Amino acid sequence: MIERNRWLDVLSHAVLIVGVVVVAFPVYVTFVASTHTMQEVVQAPMPLWPGSHAWENYTTALLGDRSGSGTTAAVGRMMMVSLITALVIALAKISMSLLSAFAIVYFRFPFRMAIFWAIFMTLMLPVEVRIGPTYQVVADMGMLNSYAGLTVPLIASATATFLFRQFFLTIPDELVEAARMDGAGPMRFFKDVLVPLSTSSMAALFVIQFIYGWNQYLWPLLVTTEENMYPVVIGIKRMISGGDAQTEWNIVMATAMLAMLPPALVVILMQKWFVKGLVDTEK
Amino acid sequence: MAAIQLKQLVKRYGAGNKTVNVLHGIDAHIEDGEFIVIVGPSGCGKSTLLRMIAGLEEVSAGDIWIGDRLVNQLEPAQRDIAMVFQNYALYPHMTVFDNMAYGLKIANVATAEIQARVAKAAGILELGHLLQRKPRELSGGQRQRVAMGRAIVRQPQVFLFDEPLSNLDAKLRAQTRLEIQKLHRELGITSLFVTHDQVEAMTLAQRMMVMNGGVVEQFGTPEEVYNRPASTFVASFMGAPPMNLLSKVPDVPAGQVLGVRPEHMHILPASDGTGWLGQVEALEMLGAERLVYVRVGDEPLIVRIDEETLPPAVGATVRVSARADRLHWFNAQTGLRVAQGADA
Repeated sequence: MIERNRWLDVLSHAVLIVGVVVVAFPVYVTFVASTHTMQEVVQAPMPLWPGSHAWENYTTALLGDRSGSGTTAAVGRMMMVSLITALVIALAKISMSLLSAFAIVYFRFPFRMAIFWAIFMTLMLPVEVRIGPTYQVVADMGMLNSYAGLTVPLIASATATFLFRQFFLTIPDELVEAARMDGAGPMRFFKDVLVPLSTSSMAALFVIQFIYGWNQYLWPLLVTTEENMYPVVIGIKRMISGGDAQTEWNIVMATAMLAMLPPALVVILMQKWFVKGLVDTEK
Repeated sequence: MAAIQLKQLVKRYGAGNKTVNVLHGIDAHIEDGEFIVIVGPSGCGKSTLLRMIAGLEEVSAGDIWIGDRLVNQLEPAQRDIAMVFQNYALYPHMTVFDNMAYGLKIANVATAEIQARVAKAAGILELGHLLQRKPRELSGGQRQRVAMGRAIVRQPQVFLFDEPLSNLDAKLRAQTRLEIQKLHRELGITSLFVTHDQVEAMTLAQRMMVMNGGVVEQFGTPEEVYNRPASTFVASFMGAPPMNLLSKVPDVPAGQVLGVRPEHMHILPASDGTGWLGQVEALEMLGAERLVYVRVGDEPLIVRIDEETLPPAVGATVRVSARADRLHWFNAQTGLRVAQGADA
């Protein structure tokens, strides 16, 4: 419906602009704060124009050569930990869900539906609900402060399995039969037909899961106690010292800006694929 | 190339008292190089039969022989057959070339050989300039040809076609029908073609298998099927408009059904002494011919007259007579043909 009404135009633009400001202003404040010295940031009112200390704040944060009351670990290292964690979670989730969806859709094995429903039920159980027992298991297996501990418990994904299952169900049976006539065995069919057809869903999932992995907070908070295994999100938390001690807000804000970059980059670079994967049903 | 032998072929779904019989013991012998059309209404089991021969459905009982091999337990790829699907089932992410070459690649055919075979098939089907396109960039007719090309490159013993023309428009369908005929003449490969369209069946078949309710009603040449239908089902299924099946007009003995094709009847003036007296209910102009709907007593029937014959007025009382040498008699209970006059 297209309504040609001048006031409606003004109103809708106003609503949109207010929305953008509400979302963008905190990000802007973070950016501004990351470009001043600590003293400038804590005075009231805080300056609203970028200062001149951006370079030193960001290098200090990245290299960690400072003496503060919170953690002084290098953010560069934290970014690396976050990147590896997010990549492993995203890629492992995709490959595992692809394979489990493949098994559920294309193979007849005993209790197939029971297994599907079991996977489906776990959708209702986020990490937070089972965090106690999961921590116990990870700790007993000696996986604290390791990449395995950071990633393995987060890899199994009912959501992604379900998404791929739904996608596989839309692939016509005739295509499966044509592959059988061509002599393609199950794994060959998986590799040559299903995986190439799933690329856009995989890309969409990668974006979602990368951000999910990058933004993990509660779980890394529990399983990492050593500075060299902090993901950047935990790093920010650890930099903020409680009590009367002074927090270097300029460095914290610079770290926050840095932490926001990779997910934003992933979204921007993969936007085309991401949208295609969510919208397109190319068959 | 190979002959196909079906022996007491049965297909059942389900188990216990929920068993549904889809095919009730099909027997057929198909000669090497024959073009067979399997035709019937939807749900008659024709596609199931084809899919069993293809190896996509399991055989519940009976045997399928292709050449001198019993193929019941063989995987589709091992049966030396190729199939063209109704929706073509092209791999959407592969080019036309890859679509045709995929089966050969899996079979580890040498690259040079693959290229030669695909080039040859593309030549026959005039697909040469489309080899690097993706299926979604092709028209329906072109996709259909790629699907046939994929079957040809495998150089199989048997071609199976599962309603391959039903997604084409009428003009393209007629054209593709001719192409399939030509292809069969050139390659001489035993072909089984499933359709519900009787025009396709009549035009393509060397012999046709008319199926209904999981049994073969008649297996013969199009001429036999049309001129000497084995049952009332075949009589009414083949031909448009269908054969008039009359049981309540005068002269038909109890327990029998008289079948007359619309083109074997004439309209006579009411004053004429022969034929049945009836009322014209409607007229349909089809171009070269006209259909006259007449009601004789309780029995509606259709008469086909050519366009030059002056049609009777709607509502007029006329006499309808049938050509004596073109009468078909059927048993009213079994629906089977009763041997008589024209059969001898």
